[in-house]
Amino acid sequence: MNAIVFDKVWKEYGDHVVLEQIDLTIAPRAFVALVGPSGCGKTTFLRMLLGEEKPTRGKIMVAGQPLKPEPDSDRGVVFQRYSVFPHLTVLGNVILGREFEKAGAFGRLFGSKRKQAEDEARELLNAVGLSGNEKKYPAALSGGMQQRLALAQALMRRPKILLLDEPFGALDPGIRADIHVLMRRIWNESELTVVMVTHDLSEAFALGTRIIAFERPRNRPEELERYGAKLSADLTPGMNGAALLKGATITKDIEIWPPKVAGSASAPVRNGHSASSS
Amino acid sequence: MRAINYRPDRTWRIALAFLPFALLCLAYVIGSEIRLADNPNDKLLPSFSRMGEAIDDYALKPDSRTGDYLLLEDTKASLTRLVTGLAISTVIALVFGIVLGLLPVASATFAPVIAVLSMVPPLALLPILFIVMGLGEASKITLIVVGTSLKLIRDIALRVEDIPREQLIKAQTLGASSMQIALRVILPQTLPRLIDSVRFEIGPAWLFLIAAEAIAADAGLGYRIFLVRRYLSMDVILPYVAWITLLAFLMDLGLRVLQRKAFPWFAQARAA
Repeated sequence: MNAIVFDKVWKEYGDHVVLEQIDLTIAPRAFVALVGPSGCGKTTFLRMLLGEEKPTRGKIMVAGQPLKPEPDSDRGVVFQRYSVFPHLTVLGNVILGREFEKAGAFGRLFGSKRKQAEDEARELLNAVGLSGNEKKYPAALSGGMQQRLALAQALMRRPKILLLDEPFGALDPGIRADIHVLMRRIWNESELTVVMVTHDLSEAFALGTRIIAFERPRNRPEELERYGAKLSADLTPGMNGAALLKGATITKDIEIWPPKVAGSASAPVRNGHSASSS
Repeated sequence: MRAINYRPDRTWRIALAFLPFALLCLAYVIGSEIRLADNPNDKLLPSFSRMGEAIDDYALKPDSRTGDYLLLEDTKASLTRLVTGLAISTVIALVFGIVLGLLPVASATFAPVIAVLSMVPPLALLPILFIVMGLGEASKITLIVVGTSLKLIRDIALRVEDIPREQLIKAQTLGASSMQIALRVILPQTLPRLIDSVRFEIGPAWLFLIAAEAIAADAGLGYRIFLVRRYLSMDVILPYVAWITLLAFLMDLGLRVLQRKAFPWFAQARAA
């Protein structure tokens, strides 16, 4: 069973074609990194996967079912900004998912149920390295800590698919490296298929089991409206990274379960690419 | 040093804040002295001691006819109307503002009519309110509600729409229903913003209150001012105006303190 299938998907806004003819199958537990220049439709692609936007043509299937037309708890998300709720404490942000699930219209848990949710939340906070900050508000956290919190919050509902929209783009390089380690561990340890939009190639190669590049093949001004982006490359890291630069067309979906394991084999790959891209 | 880089320290800041007030008082005293020297019975710019006597009469001694302390009775009557009106307005604005800001169908249905109705000058409705509701408390409170609620609704709806789209998506991916989003995500984030909006409506609310009291009332700060106007009693009017200003200022200050104490996250998030 494939986790996500894009079947001849087009996205147009009025006359403006953003994405054309996207055929894509993403296997369960893949870590897909979407790369491409600004305005190439990466974020539109992610929004369609969220259910926030509908494809103009074609269909998207998740686990054999048509994608629900609105965001739902089977797809978690972390955005670059505004991912956590400023009016809730760190702990409140994480238990919120459980409160939405278990409580009624008021969305609040009390007594033993709340206690249970809090225990679960503390465990998750510990896993993302935020224990001790439970009572703080997000504004008191650094950018990296906020993104860790956003991850813990998203994981509370145990989504099958985790969507990341440039989640680490605004972080300092050192903090980004730490959070990459965390991200790889989360992906290894939970039953997750991850789709991540990034503009950082080294990040894509460090984390992804598969890298998909979007590109507009026709870029003349008069063509911009009528031709959208296509998948221009589809790589599995471990291949020579130079294939991407040649503008390879869609390669086969080779191998999903990663040859690299969190923290060990992937480290040299990551270093190699960050050196070349920085 | 450039002018833009000179920052007064705390002491200087307080001293500078008092300076314009002191200058205003001084200008008044000089004007008053000049006029009183000309004509000791001048009523237009009474001396501070004359105003003190009036305050004594109205605030500290019971009225010889009714036995009430007039300033106290007027203040109670006015504040009851004002606070009732503003409270009703606030509740209406909170409910409708959130519904309009959150539900596209509600917004499509009601936003245009609210936009049109909020352009109706409320004071032009005052005669209608008096005709329909009589001259009692109801018409005065209704004027305040009509005058402030529509603007508050639009304000709250805009502030709800300003909450980043990402938060609504995130809440949905956490499995929230529309009701849960309204109560757990939107409402708590709207409350501190609502306080700001209400602060800006305190001024208009006083305006409508005094206008209504001037036309038909038997007690109230606005009523008193317009009553003693017939005798050119500036020695009463000026302290009453100062008192109204002080009350409005204290309400504003109280709401600001409430916002800071009740929503500690709000100031943090705003600063970040």
